[in-house]
Amino acid sequence: MAALTAIVERYAERDSVLHRADARAKVPAAVLAIFAVTATREGDWSALALLVLPVVLGAFVSKLGPWFVLRRTFFALPFVLAAVPLIFTREGETVFTTPLLGWTASREGIEAVTTILARSWIAVAIAALLVSTTSIVEILRALRWFRVPGILVATVFFAYRYFYVIGEEAQRMIRARDARSAAIPGYRAGRSIRWRASIAGHMVGSLFVRSLERSERVYAAMQARGYHGEHRFLESPAFPPVEGVVAALVVLYAVAVQVSVRLV
Amino acid sequence: MTASVLIQNGATPEGVPALEIDALRFNYPDGTPSLRGLSLQVEPGEKIALIGPNGAGKSTLLLNLNGILRAQSGTVRVFGETLSEGTARSIRARIGLLFSNPDDQLFSPTVYEDVAYGPLHMGLPLDEVRQRSEEALAAVGMEAFADRPPHRLSLGQKKRVAIATVLSMGTPLLALDEPSANLDPLARRELIALLDRLPLTILVATHDLAMVADLLPRSVLLDGGEVVADRPSAEILNDAALLGAHGLEPLSAHGHPHA
Repeated sequence: MAALTAIVERYAERDSVLHRADARAKVPAAVLAIFAVTATREGDWSALALLVLPVVLGAFVSKLGPWFVLRRTFFALPFVLAAVPLIFTREGETVFTTPLLGWTASREGIEAVTTILARSWIAVAIAALLVSTTSIVEILRALRWFRVPGILVATVFFAYRYFYVIGEEAQRMIRARDARSAAIPGYRAGRSIRWRASIAGHMVGSLFVRSLERSERVYAAMQARGYHGEHRFLESPAFPPVEGVVAALVVLYAVAVQVSVRLV
Repeated sequence: MTASVLIQNGATPEGVPALEIDALRFNYPDGTPSLRGLSLQVEPGEKIALIGPNGAGKSTLLLNLNGILRAQSGTVRVFGETLSEGTARSIRARIGLLFSNPDDQLFSPTVYEDVAYGPLHMGLPLDEVRQRSEEALAAVGMEAFADRPPHRLSLGQKKRVAIATVLSMGTPLLALDEPSANLDPLARRELIALLDRLPLTILVATHDLAMVADLLPRSVLLDGGEVVADRPSAEILNDAALLGAHGLEPLSAHGHPHA
């Protein structure tokens, strides 16, 4: 399951100040900093540059390194690509026209898309830093401590738990298929794309039935151990004031960047 | 289960071992060593037991034989063909692998489709696919369950279907991981009779020493990813000191079913 863990489990074991810091400081700092980042105006490059700084700093302090954090942001790229059509739909000064289709790209459109890309990338990088340095249990415990409704926390927990269930089932099925995907001389192995696609389709169907049944067994086991809708955590230790102050400073910095670029 | 001679994937080359494993090393992705330079040779038609405690490397070894896991060093040759990225598919037509948990083996919506998958993937004509699938299901006595979804079957039934999915491949070599585990006594007895009838080379990873005594003349004892002993089963099974030193018990300690 190691490969699967590498994909799903975002926590990266390191010994750093950021890893040891209390989740009740890290979670709100990350969430508020993300809000501050998303408030960046279009084409405000200096604000974006100033907001990248704490992310780079965090990457070093956490001992994860900027490359590691960068890699973990790639999964968000497909969603950001949805903004690309803006290049052509936003009215403004024409920069170039695509051959054949005759779409005109505007300077304003390019600026808007670049800003959206940069904002989303910084926001995802902040989230990546948080989940790489904080285990899922710590994050959930922090959310509970901030009085986030139990049902929401439980939903996040189950989404996470069942992500594994589905991933493990998928991995077993793929392994089973590969073990019997053989070729003998004189025959065309793998038949046709159509046939392979229908096998894959059936596998997805079986995957969901199997995952559902397995998740029911997992849930039954949880109930057998006393689960009744509320996730109980061990007693939270006292909130460390220094970490609270550092978290507040991070948020203040992001807000200050936004305010100052608007004043200048 | 009725006896049948299952259709094979062509003739196997003469004069080469069914399986040659040479200095095979495998570490799990986290670096934990599992196989430490393991070597083993199996002649065609042999029926061999792989025994040893949990974590000895038995299952890892089986997953290395058809390229599901990739060893860091060492070679695996199946009927003279060296396992590599490029040969994995043709190796899989020579070695059928039974996973210890049948839930790991079955992935299709119905029993029949699962049994037919192997021959279909090989591109065989539909007549032969049908013949192989029916023969394999008959061999394990599961013809009546052909249209059922595998995940609805009992564990013993799943196990039989899983065996059928390997038999339908027509591989001359079978590698079975814990085939008798969790079977009720009758199903276990039938499984042993079936494996005994099959004119194939068979490698069985198991804790079921009574089955070893009945079915598998040669035993390879693994521990810590190495071959500790490779001798006739009758000798190894009577060596209480050797078995005890490697987490196993001689048969008399827990009773032979026929005793």
